[in-house]
Amino acid sequence: MESFWRILGEAVGLILAWDSDLIEIVGLSLRVTLSAVAISCLIGLPLGAMVGAFRFPGRTAVIVMLNSLMGLPPVVVGLIAYLMLSAAGPLGPLELLYTPAAMIIAQTILVTPIVAALSRQVVEDCYREYAEQFDSLGVGPFDRVAALLWDARYSLLTVALAGFGRAVAEVGAVIIVGGNINHVTRVMTTTIALETSKGNLELALALGVVLLAIAVAVNGAVMTLRASAVRMAYA
Amino acid sequence: MAGRILPSLAAIALMALGLIHPAAADRFIVVQSTTSTQNSGLYDHILPLFRERTGIEVRVVAVGTGQALRNAANGDGDVLLVHARSDEERFVSDGHGISRADVMYNDFVIVGPAKDPAGVAGMEDAVAALARIAEAEAPFVSRGDDSGTHKVELELWEEAGIDIAAASGSWYRETGSGMGAALNTAGGMGAYAMADRATWTSFANRNGQRILVEGDPRLFNQYGIVLVNPDKHPNVKAGLGRLFVDWVLSEEGQAAIAAYRVDGQQVFFPNAGG
Amino acid sequence: MPEAAFHMAAPALPMAADGPALLSARGLCFDAGGKRLIDGVDIDIRPGRRTVVMGANGAGKSLLLRLLHGLIRPTAGEVLWQGRPLDREGRLAQAMVFQRPVLLRRSVLANLRFALSVRGLPGPERRAREAEAMERSRLGDLAGRPARVLSGGEQQRLAVVRALACAPGLLFLDEPTASLDPGSTHAIEQLVGDAHESGVAIVLVTHDTGQARRLGDDLVFLHGGRVVETGRAADVLGAPRSEAARAWLEGRLDLGSPSASRA
Repeated sequence: MESFWRILGEAVGLILAWDSDLIEIVGLSLRVTLSAVAISCLIGLPLGAMVGAFRFPGRTAVIVMLNSLMGLPPVVVGLIAYLMLSAAGPLGPLELLYTPAAMIIAQTILVTPIVAALSRQVVEDCYREYAEQFDSLGVGPFDRVAALLWDARYSLLTVALAGFGRAVAEVGAVIIVGGNINHVTRVMTTTIALETSKGNLELALALGVVLLAIAVAVNGAVMTLRASAVRMAYA
Repeated sequence: MAGRILPSLAAIALMALGLIHPAAADRFIVVQSTTSTQNSGLYDHILPLFRERTGIEVRVVAVGTGQALRNAANGDGDVLLVHARSDEERFVSDGHGISRADVMYNDFVIVGPAKDPAGVAGMEDAVAALARIAEAEAPFVSRGDDSGTHKVELELWEEAGIDIAAASGSWYRETGSGMGAALNTAGGMGAYAMADRATWTSFANRNGQRILVEGDPRLFNQYGIVLVNPDKHPNVKAGLGRLFVDWVLSEEGQAAIAAYRVDGQQVFFPNAGG
Repeated sequence: MPEAAFHMAAPALPMAADGPALLSARGLCFDAGGKRLIDGVDIDIRPGRRTVVMGANGAGKSLLLRLLHGLIRPTAGEVLWQGRPLDREGRLAQAMVFQRPVLLRRSVLANLRFALSVRGLPGPERRAREAEAMERSRLGDLAGRPARVLSGGEQQRLAVVRALACAPGLLFLDEPTASLDPGSTHAIEQLVGDAHESGVAIVLVTHDTGQARRLGDDLVFLHGGRVVETGRAADVLGAPRSEAARAWLEGRLDLGSPSASRA
């Protein structure tokens, strides 16, 4: 326990020093994860909304698949992305391996099923309330999906947050396709893994504390937004 | 199929967002490397010198030797720098690489807890020391990850006539992890472990562990460098890779390796052309 | 009165014999869970008429409204809109207000706008109708307020004007004032009355006999999924001929429902 507090103290010191390497690593982490979450939302929200709002053959199978994909281990996602992006893989000519773009792609594969599966649930709950009114008004399929996504927007923000949490904290996928290259693809989680393997537990823990602080800040911001939405009965 | 379409869409979206700059991919190479060279800080010392000389950025992907060989065989790297000589030679003979060369060496050491329950401290014969650890059934942490270090360790056990497979799970513990993670584990459970001297010397979380066995010629650890074959993998930047290989093997590169110190100790000994 | 021709054995009776029907149901049946919930209903709704649907809880009133509006498909029989099978076009010429108003998580004005925009109305006409609906509902001061924080009465008023803004030929209302206070009820009734005066046909489900008298020209009494009595609202309410309607009006009810008959 004593060494834990000592390490924690040193961690806080490192954060307060806030050197340029730390800023670079934190910045890249945010850039990669936010991009991945944005793309995942572009794909996953409409997908989830369509599955939530429409009845079609094989719908249950699609839901089971989305829910299962939520549990994909990041390492497996990293391997899949690696095999596709590798020079020997189908997307090799894009030359994306060991770049931030590769990490964004891997995290997008990781997060999209989460966004789709959770938004399916959110939209379906909302749609149960709206379905008859939409039928009565004669709302077409496109307007239906758009209206549901808009009306569930504050709940869907929490969905995006779940995706963000998963992506920002994972190491297995980004370390395989990013390669943890200094100043190129080194993010918070891969640095934590590296520093742990070098026995630099203080630095590793300091980055862990930064990661936690970012998670707290993002969650806090979203929850504040949601609270005001609840007051307006929008959530 | 969706698995293919998805990243394509993502890549297109990323390009639209300006997050990918395909044109920026020019003056750098990727080196697939073992972890010991990176974790010890060697690259942080020599790569800036190379960049200053040539303007070429070297991006190091530090993974276990097994994974580095596999990645390079896929063409995902321009240069390979690892420590598993027979594997490197097979890599070249399989056509994945062009000519392998010695770069430098250091040695492995056997580390363990200060109270040394098997009583191996000060021994020079690594095989005898391992036999004694096995006899005492003192905990031993193995990398267990098919890395260069792991392969040498397995050879030593075999020479000592110990059936490791039978002991696995009892006193012999395969962590399946990198050098640093294995050392963290060994420190945590007061176990013996074999490490390369470079990683050990720069390792911060020693947890009361110390070097108990060193100096056996069988603990010699040779690093080699291989240029990935551009005929097999057209994307390989053979020209830039060649510049790096030549520089590492040159007098200047070798001197840079020799000059690197961890806590005042030299941890890599250049031996190119030797 | 000509409605005296009503017979229990032949409940198919045109309610007011002037002009072609706007909406007709023929042999309408609906089954769920192995039970027949709507059983052979024939109804004609004529343009501009106000029809009240009454009956005990579980008699199938809401179900009937949904069948007539095309929200659910009948197990047997058919619904005709202006003589042709009811389709999406037909439904767009109707509107419905539910017992609990279904409002979007948006402002008052945005709720109106949504209903009008999904019909593809051109901008100027849409804005004109929005303004008219805001004025009619007397919710003008609340245009920018989130719809779901309005009082129950205001929410239902918004739901009614939203339905009317779509310019329906027929408006369905499913117990629209069931949970409202007298003031709010009066406001809704006024909106419905105004709509009727401008020519909109009304089909209203209610338990309130006073409301039925005020808003009903014709009355359809449902019992156990069947139409057991039809006629002018005042006549049925004043002198019911069927035993079910009489029992219900006298408060000796609920013949069809075991839990209610025990009470």
